[in-house]
Amino acid sequence: MAEKTRTNWLNLAAPVLLIGALACVPLIAQAIDNPFLIRLFTRVIVLSIAAVALNFVLGFGGLVSLMHAGLFGIGAYGVAILSHHDYNAEPILFGWMGTSNLAISGPIAIALAALAALVMGFICLRTSGSYFIMITLAFNQMLYYFFVALQEYGGDDGLQILGTIDFAGLNITKRITFYYVCLGVLAVVIVAFMRIVGSRFGMTLRASAQNERRLIAIGVPALRYKLAAFVISGAVAGLAGALWATGQGFVSPADMAWTRSGDLVVMAVLGGLASVWAPVVGATVFLVLQALFSNYTVFWQLPLGLVIIFTIVLLRGGLLDLMLRVRKQDKGDAA
Amino acid sequence: MSAPLLEVTNLVKRFGGLAATDGLSLDVLTGETHALIGPNGAGKTTLIAQLQGELSPDQGVIAFKGQDITREPPHARASLGIARSFQITSIFPEFTVMQNVALAVQAREGHGFRFWAQTAHDKRLLDPAREALDTIGLTHRANRDARDLSHGERRQLELAMALAMRPSLLLLDEPMAGMGRQEGIRMTRILESLKGRYSILLVEHDMDAVFALADRCSVLVAGRAIATGAPDAIRNDPAVREAYLGKRH
Repeated sequence: MAEKTRTNWLNLAAPVLLIGALACVPLIAQAIDNPFLIRLFTRVIVLSIAAVALNFVLGFGGLVSLMHAGLFGIGAYGVAILSHHDYNAEPILFGWMGTSNLAISGPIAIALAALAALVMGFICLRTSGSYFIMITLAFNQMLYYFFVALQEYGGDDGLQILGTIDFAGLNITKRITFYYVCLGVLAVVIVAFMRIVGSRFGMTLRASAQNERRLIAIGVPALRYKLAAFVISGAVAGLAGALWATGQGFVSPADMAWTRSGDLVVMAVLGGLASVWAPVVGATVFLVLQALFSNYTVFWQLPLGLVIIFTIVLLRGGLLDLMLRVRKQDKGDAA
Repeated sequence: MSAPLLEVTNLVKRFGGLAATDGLSLDVLTGETHALIGPNGAGKTTLIAQLQGELSPDQGVIAFKGQDITREPPHARASLGIARSFQITSIFPEFTVMQNVALAVQAREGHGFRFWAQTAHDKRLLDPAREALDTIGLTHRANRDARDLSHGERRQLELAMALAMRPSLLLLDEPMAGMGRQEGIRMTRILESLKGRYSILLVEHDMDAVFALADRCSVLVAGRAIATGAPDAIRNDPAVREAYLGKRH
């Protein structure tokens, strides 16, 4: 007998439907001859990966991190800088000329983001609550100004990727190919996090968010688990950054401003913190509304802000809550 | 004569000018139920917190199984076999009852860095967890969210989590606090069934329960143990009657 199988239909079917719907976007874009749609939704997918990564520590570990844009930026700059050296044939380290091969630069970018998450997380996680938020914010600003100061790589103006990025010789930068590559990565990330959340590690992490004192009393050194979760989350944020740089062909410190960290938190909260995949819904709504409103007004933040406020006030569990409610009414509210 | 499992020597803990624990010495023998009584503010919970490791004493030595653990962190003491149930119920409210207990089993096994296999189907966690729930009589609530339990059931869950750690020493901080009469009697029966199987340090205000359960009893007043002995001897000790029982008996 399985214990309280909470795997309700929503939690299994929804991510499949979500990925399926996103897979149709390029077809629709071609049908209505609107290539902008693919660009928009590539952004949606890449930031979804970052939001899902953030929500792993936010929704399941109770850690409100405002440095995930910084980790995202490390991943993005990692790919861009390595490609920059490759293009200019300038050695970066020990005579190595860098690379535009994402199969090499991607893992390096991810490792750098994970390393930053390890070092900074080790310090941040000694605090909790609002102190944790403020310290992660400070680290985000440190990373931001670090890249602003790197004049060699464009500083404030950012860094254009002039070479062509490939994946072990495969051309992945064609718009539609790249779209499906990102979607595949998102699918893998969602499946991996869904497994982790139900694993021994995930149960420990969730327990630390609910009652850390109790967790320690039953014999678990909670800090280690929170740090490991933070590193995993940071690595996936770095992965999203690497894809971002590849897709945009350009990175700048603006990509890692703390406001982007805030956007990621909003995407997670908007979608729903209680599920692995819900931040994808949040990211989609956030970015689509942003694109829509900015067609009409330069003050697009105002209507978007109102939508977010209403969602959060009316549905405390985010849009996930709305889906659950609809489902409950279907069943005559059995729960 | 069994050897002391836990030996506390000359323990001191000060909060500013107040010595909450003031040169306290105490031991718990293997297999015994040792009750700790004393008026409010005598330093009972402070002592439990120092034994579990949440608070660090200013002076003195805590030895467990002959090993000095005075400076060990709480999670390490839990792994050595010290389990605490809290005076104010401390559980994982968003987990089911079963998940709460399974987590304690998992903590005892010490294999938390597993990322793939799902705990919901892991017999190595669920079987011992079910056993602990059986012992406590909470099996019928296994699939409830812990936050939906009644107060008494939460206290039972606390105890089930402590048992799932397979501890050699149970630190029970007022397991009947806030319980109704029926629930209190029920909890006393549960503790009776544990007696002898575990070494227990029991803090309790309910004198009927203490005299029913304890092999030995220590009276704590103002941070020191003023008397230790069999419950009957304690009941008749004039110093104890004056300091503590006098008002009630």
